Amino acid sequence: MAATVETVDQVRALADDKYKYGFVTDIEADTAPKGLDESTVRFISAKKEEPEWLLEWRLKAYRQWLTMPEPEWAKVDFPAIDYQDAYYFSAPKTTEAPKSLDEVDPELLRTYEKLGIPLREQEMLAGVAVDAVFDSVSVATTFRHKLAEKGVIFCSISEAIKDYPDLVKKYLGSVVPYGDNKHACLNSAVFTDGSFVYIPKGVRCPMELSTYFRINAANTGQFERTLIIADEGSYVSYLEGCTAPMRDENQLHAAVVELIVLDDAEIKYSTVQNWYPGDENGVGGIYNFVTKRGACRGKNSKISWTQVETGSAVTWKYPSCILQGDNSVGEFYSIAITNNMQQADTGTKMIHLGKNTTSRIIAKGISAGKSQSTYRGLVRMGAKAKGARNYTQCDSLLIGDKCGAHTVPYIESRNSSAQIEHEATTSKISEDQLFYCRQRGIGEEDAVALVVNGFCREVLQQLPMEFAVEAQKLVGISLEGSVG
Amino acid sequence: MKQDNVMTTPFVSQYDNLKQALPGYSQPWMTTLRDRAMESFTQAGLPTQRRESWKYTNLRGLQQLELTERALEPQPISIDRAPSLLPEGTAHRVVFVNGGFRPDLSDLAGLPEGVIVGSVADLAEREPQRVEALLAAHSDVEDQPLVALNTAFMRDGLLLELEAGRKLDRVLEVIHVNSAENGVFAHNARNLISLGAGSEATILEHHTGLNGTAYYINAANDMTLAEDATLRHYRIQAEGTNAVHTSTMNGHLSGNSFYDGYTLSIGAALSRNETNMKLTAAGARCHLNGGYLMRDKQHCDTTTVVDHLSPQTSCREVFKGVLDDRSRGVFQGRIVVHPEAQQTDGHQLNKVLLLTDTAEINAKPELEIYADDVKCSHGCSAGEVDHDALFYLRSRGLSETSAKALLIQAFLAESVSEIGKEELQDLFLEKISDWLAI
Repeated sequence: MAATVETVDQVRALADDKYKYGFVTDIEADTAPKGLDESTVRFISAKKEEPEWLLEWRLKAYRQWLTMPEPEWAKVDFPAIDYQDAYYFSAPKTTEAPKSLDEVDPELLRTYEKLGIPLREQEMLAGVAVDAVFDSVSVATTFRHKLAEKGVIFCSISEAIKDYPDLVKKYLGSVVPYGDNKHACLNSAVFTDGSFVYIPKGVRCPMELSTYFRINAANTGQFERTLIIADEGSYVSYLEGCTAPMRDENQLHAAVVELIVLDDAEIKYSTVQNWYPGDENGVGGIYNFVTKRGACRGKNSKISWTQVETGSAVTWKYPSCILQGDNSVGEFYSIAITNNMQQADTGTKMIHLGKNTTSRIIAKGISAGKSQSTYRGLVRMGAKAKGARNYTQCDSLLIGDKCGAHTVPYIESRNSSAQIEHEATTSKISEDQLFYCRQRGIGEEDAVALVVNGFCREVLQQLPMEFAVEAQKLVGISLEGSVG
Repeated sequence: MKQDNVMTTPFVSQYDNLKQALPGYSQPWMTTLRDRAMESFTQAGLPTQRRESWKYTNLRGLQQLELTERALEPQPISIDRAPSLLPEGTAHRVVFVNGGFRPDLSDLAGLPEGVIVGSVADLAEREPQRVEALLAAHSDVEDQPLVALNTAFMRDGLLLELEAGRKLDRVLEVIHVNSAENGVFAHNARNLISLGAGSEATILEHHTGLNGTAYYINAANDMTLAEDATLRHYRIQAEGTNAVHTSTMNGHLSGNSFYDGYTLSIGAALSRNETNMKLTAAGARCHLNGGYLMRDKQHCDTTTVVDHLSPQTSCREVFKGVLDDRSRGVFQGRIVVHPEAQQTDGHQLNKVLLLTDTAEINAKPELEIYADDVKCSHGCSAGEVDHDALFYLRSRGLSETSAKALLIQAFLAESVSEIGKEELQDLFLEKISDWLAI
């Protein structure tokens, strides 16, 4: 495992505290051969003992993927991806699924401890059920029983395919079709694991559901597939947090998240993304190409996306809401922080189809160093969206004169009774505010973190408590070295 | 990109036949310029919706005009009076009929010294070096197929040149009258405007056309403002209801110069007003304002790009739109602040009233910012007439129609009040009242 040793050395060489999640766990991976062709897709499907229809679906996606051009409209610039130079499947070497935490590889458990999520303690203290995704296969799921009492299904998508094939078949790809875009298409062909949540009618999920994603084995792109279904009158809050080891090669991550919300139900989806952003010179870092979309199918349904994006070298991500049901609500709260050479092109789409649908977009972008951050969004009022409303606010903060902040909103209205309001501002961090803080003895970096935290407050407030604390710290850490 | 042959006819096929008859053919530089432009147009073709900057406007409507091979030839018509908007004797007047300069209808008496007003076609023969210099000032324009098309076929247009320090006290009224009564035609109007240091001019430009006749106007304006120059440029686009009108304005603004523009669009089946402003030195200011009033199946596209290339430059945009029936409006506004352009101020506002459920607005206000010491903002809203305000007026005895008209007028007045030359504001309010029929 030369690569691992190298990476570990590298991490040591770099300042350890700068990226405390940068380490690689030594677990022998059972990988598929390098590269991507039909046999890779068949290998993954066979390895996961999938039914025939899913293999067919994957193959269809793969064939379409071959014909699709790379999306080039985003304001991000990176070398072309060599899809043949990556592994598409790596599973931790456990032959049978563990029945309890004791059976989980101790090496893995130690990894989680470093990440600050000791599973066992969490079971008692945090009240958070974690479907831990380590590389591609989920290895431990807690609180299964407690959730099962309420009828909530929370498992890996591989298990769901085996245990609840009808639900999966009905909803998989119904919000993000396999041919939606190049990255989603690739995900459909080679997704290895992810989470599946089903909240039955009228159930309010008793705890926040959470998945920790880890990218581990070198050169393995990670293709997560998440499917969450909230049946009539149900509610769930889902947390997704990401960290990744420090390494020098760009890693591709193309996830797909699909949310389905029926009558009177609500899904709250929160993300903290803190993957390795590359070093000061833009070497290394994760490519984060994510397709997230939710469909408010039912009346009075609601989807709320909250994201704090601080990591990744390149972010390409547009969590969207399709507001089909009358009176449905879509929300998007976002903080995107870029520093050094990071590039982020992120935003949302709010597609209003039903009557009296409302949406709210609050996007805060902070650029520092030589980074570029773009808000790109679409608000569309369909001809039948009577009485629909949208409010959008995008604010950008610039720190330093080498970075860029861009706003590209698309606003389309085909209904006179629909009301759209859009506001965007761009300005630099206020000298007066910094001076005020400095005068009171607050260090420059802390002062910047304080001002930026204030700037993001509206979004940070939307996060569940556990995340809010972590996110506030992240905001400060991400901007280290941006002033002075 | 895939070639779309339909989108170059009849222009490409007619170029070789026509080029000898185009003004300035005796000048080798002119022919080279035209040839090069034709080459670039042939490659690009008319812009399609695959181009991001044309995402919401489809020029296929041009096909309905059924431009024939003869369409690009001049089509004079008889007309004995120019429809002037200003009282006799208060303005200088230049009249173009179906694109051709008409000295008999124009009134250029008493032009101050150092002010040149004339026809591009005429000057291309008499003073080619003057035209060459003005065209060369904007030779950096790239990737604008419509400007390339215009360069290849341009026949005539306004040439306005002010020497340093000259002031044109009276308004220069530029009237374009179009009528395709003798058959469908396409005209490429080229207007060249250059203001010397500290000079000042006001232009009132209006385009009118005979309703029911079909024609295509593809205008290109090259505007250069030297230090401290001021250009007030107010336009009314009231082409015939079946016409297609595309206009591209490229402007270069030097230090402390000021461009104040207002465009009212009420005519044409399909229109696009594209304005590209480059603010190249400190103190350059640019106001781009306008209103668009559309009904039936009209389509109006307003596109602006303001490039802040130097520190301490500012721009301000206020656009108001009213869309009735099945009409469509497009607003694309882009403010680009380049890395050197610190202390830039950029503000943009686009508000739209949709009067029916079949009208449509597509807006894309963009900010692209590479400098940190800036203040930029944009706002955009779309909605219907305020019910409470309507109720208030109705409770005071106004009929629904007149109450609505009053509210729309007030809504548009906000943009009209941006017109720097205040005595011309009434003229625009009047045009708006006419449209509203109140």
